[in-house]
Amino acid sequence: MPKVIKNVGCPYCGACCDDVEVTVSDDGKRVLEVKNVCAIGTQIFMHGGDHDGRIKLPRMRQPDGTMKDVSFKEAIDFTAKTLLKAKKPLMYGFGSTNCEGHAAAARVMERAGGCLDNCASICHGSSFLAIFDNGYPSCTLGEVKNRADVIVYWGSNPAHAHPRHMSRYAIFPRGFFTGKGHKSRTVIVIDPRFTDTGRVADYYLQVRQGHDYELFDAFRMVCHGHADDIPDVVANIPKETILEVAEVMKNARFCNFFYGMGLCHSDGRNHNIDIAISLTRDLNEFTKCTIMAMRGHYNITGPGAVWSWQFGFPYCLDLTKKTMVHMNPGETSSVDLAMRDEIDAFINIGTDAGAHFPIPAVQHLKKHPFITIDPSRNMASEISDLHVPVKICGVDDGGIVYRMDNVPIQYRKVVDAPAGVPSDEEFLDAVYERMVELEGEGFI
Amino acid sequence: MAKILLNMITQRSIEEGIAMEIGKPSKEYFEACSLVEMNEDDIKALGITPNTNVKVTSESGEVIVKAVVARQTCYRGLCHIRQGVWANQVVPPRTQSTGEPQYSGFPVYIEPAPFERIKSALECVQGAVGLWKEGNE
Amino acid sequence: MSDYIIKNGFVFDPLTGIKGDKKDIGIKDGKIVEASEVKGGKTIDASGKTVMAGGVDIHTHCVGPKVNVGRLMRPEDKLFRSRTKVGNTRVEMGFSVPSTFATGYAYARMGYSFLNEAAMPPLHAPHVHEEIRDTPIVDIAAMPVMGNNWFQLEYLKNRELENNAAYTAWLLNATKGFGIKCVNPGGTEAWGWGMNCTTIHDPVPYFDITPAEIVKGQMETNELLGLPHCLHVHPNNLGNPGNYTTTLDTLKLAEGIKPNNKFGRDVVLHNTHLQFHSYDGTTWADFESGSKKVMDYVNAHDNISFDVGFVTLDETTTMTADGPFEFHLNRLNNLKWANTDVELETAAGIVPYVYDKNIKVCDIQWAIGLELALLAKDHMRCHLTTDHPNAGPFTRYPRVIKWLMSKKARDDLLHSFKWSEKVIAATQLESMDRELSLYEIAQMTRAGPAKCMGISNMYGSLKEGTNANIAIYDINPEKMPKDPELIEKAFSETAYTFKDGVMVVENGVVIATTPKYTVWTDVKVKENAIVERDIHEKFAKYYSVGLENYKVFDEHMHNPRAIEVDATN
Repeated sequence: MPKVIKNVGCPYCGACCDDVEVTVSDDGKRVLEVKNVCAIGTQIFMHGGDHDGRIKLPRMRQPDGTMKDVSFKEAIDFTAKTLLKAKKPLMYGFGSTNCEGHAAAARVMERAGGCLDNCASICHGSSFLAIFDNGYPSCTLGEVKNRADVIVYWGSNPAHAHPRHMSRYAIFPRGFFTGKGHKSRTVIVIDPRFTDTGRVADYYLQVRQGHDYELFDAFRMVCHGHADDIPDVVANIPKETILEVAEVMKNARFCNFFYGMGLCHSDGRNHNIDIAISLTRDLNEFTKCTIMAMRGHYNITGPGAVWSWQFGFPYCLDLTKKTMVHMNPGETSSVDLAMRDEIDAFINIGTDAGAHFPIPAVQHLKKHPFITIDPSRNMASEISDLHVPVKICGVDDGGIVYRMDNVPIQYRKVVDAPAGVPSDEEFLDAVYERMVELEGEGFI
Repeated sequence: MAKILLNMITQRSIEEGIAMEIGKPSKEYFEACSLVEMNEDDIKALGITPNTNVKVTSESGEVIVKAVVARQTCYRGLCHIRQGVWANQVVPPRTQSTGEPQYSGFPVYIEPAPFERIKSALECVQGAVGLWKEGNE
Repeated sequence: MSDYIIKNGFVFDPLTGIKGDKKDIGIKDGKIVEASEVKGGKTIDASGKTVMAGGVDIHTHCVGPKVNVGRLMRPEDKLFRSRTKVGNTRVEMGFSVPSTFATGYAYARMGYSFLNEAAMPPLHAPHVHEEIRDTPIVDIAAMPVMGNNWFQLEYLKNRELENNAAYTAWLLNATKGFGIKCVNPGGTEAWGWGMNCTTIHDPVPYFDITPAEIVKGQMETNELLGLPHCLHVHPNNLGNPGNYTTTLDTLKLAEGIKPNNKFGRDVVLHNTHLQFHSYDGTTWADFESGSKKVMDYVNAHDNISFDVGFVTLDETTTMTADGPFEFHLNRLNNLKWANTDVELETAAGIVPYVYDKNIKVCDIQWAIGLELALLAKDHMRCHLTTDHPNAGPFTRYPRVIKWLMSKKARDDLLHSFKWSEKVIAATQLESMDRELSLYEIAQMTRAGPAKCMGISNMYGSLKEGTNANIAIYDINPEKMPKDPELIEKAFSETAYTFKDGVMVVENGVVIATTPKYTVWTDVKVKENAIVERDIHEKFAKYYSVGLENYKVFDEHMHNPRAIEVDATN
């Protein structure tokens, strides 16, 4: 009989829906059906387990450019030797890895003396920089659900990037003090494109791309009593709209800002987040106000948490000294390291730098040994010297992940991975042991 | 036929998300991501009809994609290529010393390229690092 | 595992009443034994040294979500102030909010073996347990925060003590928690709307219960269950001039309540970081010490205990579940501010803070902490903490010990302050001649906290049969050093630290790690259908996490060591 597994966490986005129901085949090898999950999550579950399309052995690139299956033992040995030989190896990714994997990776890179970075480096790294300067007045998603009556999505498009965010947490749910659901809330969407999220807004503000900072500044002016001095139009938004929306925020019982890549990726980067946090602080003089980053992958918050408790820094770690760690985004961030060609070995894990880095950065990294650790074929794996398949966290491996609000969610294994395929943690621990062995033998 | 200067951004979309999980070498991914979303009037200004191939050129590269009218509307002067392989052929790697490339808000020239072929994802990436050969798909 | 005989040390063990006698201690199979039972073990020459049980910290923010936000938010906390890794240890980073590895090693170097994490937001329990796994050597327990929990507010409002007890037992089990922590009762729930409760009679918005009713109800719940630790309270109105009255009001709630437990605990209320609650005056301008008024009460009532929360005059990182306080502090110093409100449960705020010795208020705070300890009559009920990292990092305990043991050390500092005359006028420290003994230090740092937490059969003592957690300090009670700095030095780095019989520190250097444990309280209660229904309802409607995913999975607990409590009768 097929088995139904409930309370399963979804390994797609940072909303970390944990109410998924998965129907699994008799032999426990395939997912047959999923419920309570968005269209994207469905695809991921369908990829797990043991089936024909799954890659079951590491693949090593041959001199003629083709890939050949090799044993996990060879893959472990190759990875360990690559790390030991390199002066400044970089391990990057981790958005789709559990926290146990992040901890194992940290141990490996501390031993190897390399750089360690996660996808925040190209996503919410700007948020970290702003938090370093200005703090982070936030809350958990349940607080938003139970209390918030004004919701702002700024430079984020959950209808596409976090499909169940609005229904589970922010706009539609009936919470303790928000019993009328959508009717209890005013929704403000600020984005240069009239997105599908914009379509559900009570106020849609089409900000001029790259000019968010000015608009934040205008809202802050209202908070500080300088409304009269605002120009007639700011960043494409008329003054009267700014004043009206500012009053909505000030008169909220509980206001929350959700913001996304629109702020992080535009000119100004961390300064856009910094002023968003300042506006949140200002609004606390009038009412209760919190802010939250719309983290992308289901566990991209995880490496920031794990490495903060292990090293004190969430990303862009330079462990090359082996006895202490430093972090200096711009210097120790993956894309910058790549563009300066400082990296002499690259491990792509639980992400796809091949598709998501600007192509000049990929070209630099590819001059040196290039390894991908990921369950599936992706662009990085297809240019790698070695591709190591691993279990899919949340489908054929359990583990802890951190939701966008830093709440830990315990994920479950729902199907069996193909025999012999390790988890990220198991593979990295084996690499660590091999490095210790090689060092003992006087390798390098 | 004209050449116009637009401000480009690249962000997620649900079509891209679904296709990515099906697989980056897939047809779905190709269809979801190898296009540039524009304002209808900008497409007119190019002197083409929607769904015509165009060449997008930035300070760091160029890519052939299909021009479409954005359903999630772009105002005039703004264009969007969904996050992924094609967008990253032209995204400038400069980071303003933050680690984050210039994914949102960089100038691109767009010109009609009705007779040029859109490369597959694999051809784009493998081609960039000298690994592309016919039959690699 | 090696066996040892620790020979000729001066032993201080308040739980067995040993006051500096020369005595040999045996270690066999990880346990403390009569020295004669050890055959052929290694000998440690402890002559001229002080031997105590491993230290027990009753209140420290060492693991968990807000500690980690503090680490993340403050890269500058790592600059210039991190140790360089030695030997086969992990990298140690951070000063006021050290990394997990740095925390475990630093406590071991100071001779500590048990930490009580003071505030675990229940929703974040799996995070706390992950950090416990990564904190080497020391055993850790964590107290779930309950003073603003919606279940408890409702049960206590309706005086449904049995239901509250059943829920408390369920929550300890779900989070693998140790005891009941109550922070700014009612005030943190009010903070959900940007408000606060600053007296014990301010009604909580919507829930219409008062802080007094919460504290009293939780004390009764605690004794109904018979938990090892008593209720652990951070009262309302922390950090404000004149707040000693709120503190006395809170302490008085314990009058008439009797301890009920099988763990040797004889107090019913522990007031944590009392220093922050012993302020007199009306504004920061006329701010002065209220220590005498508070200690007169504490000394006369033996069913309450406290830890001090000594201000160490450092740049540090404040963090507390008292969300409105951190907001308030941020409005005073305008540094960066992090906050996390946790659905149905609690909140947390984090603000960096510089206790500057050139600022009068900071110096008065420093003096108040020392006064409390010097006025205390029973150091089994007065425990050494810095409310790490709120009043200072735990790595300053040796410095605090120096101030407590040496009038010269504290007078030298007091007279070096820029505003020393104003500080002297606002406090009574200068007039106090008392210097604490090593025995009293042992009471404050191991025996007292262990007894108060009901774990003295496992920690804080050198009784035969207990785990061999032992600290050997290079200080000779018969020849106490004239230079107080040597006291600080001796307590900073042990000559030897043993954890479960393994020598983990030698001459101040971490030489080994050993399996460490997570201590929690496993309470059995009668089935309670009402509470079960309430739990299901709240999770179905209001939590953002499923009930089955909220409870910490067994696989995410690191080496559990359960304390069994049977409350089915």
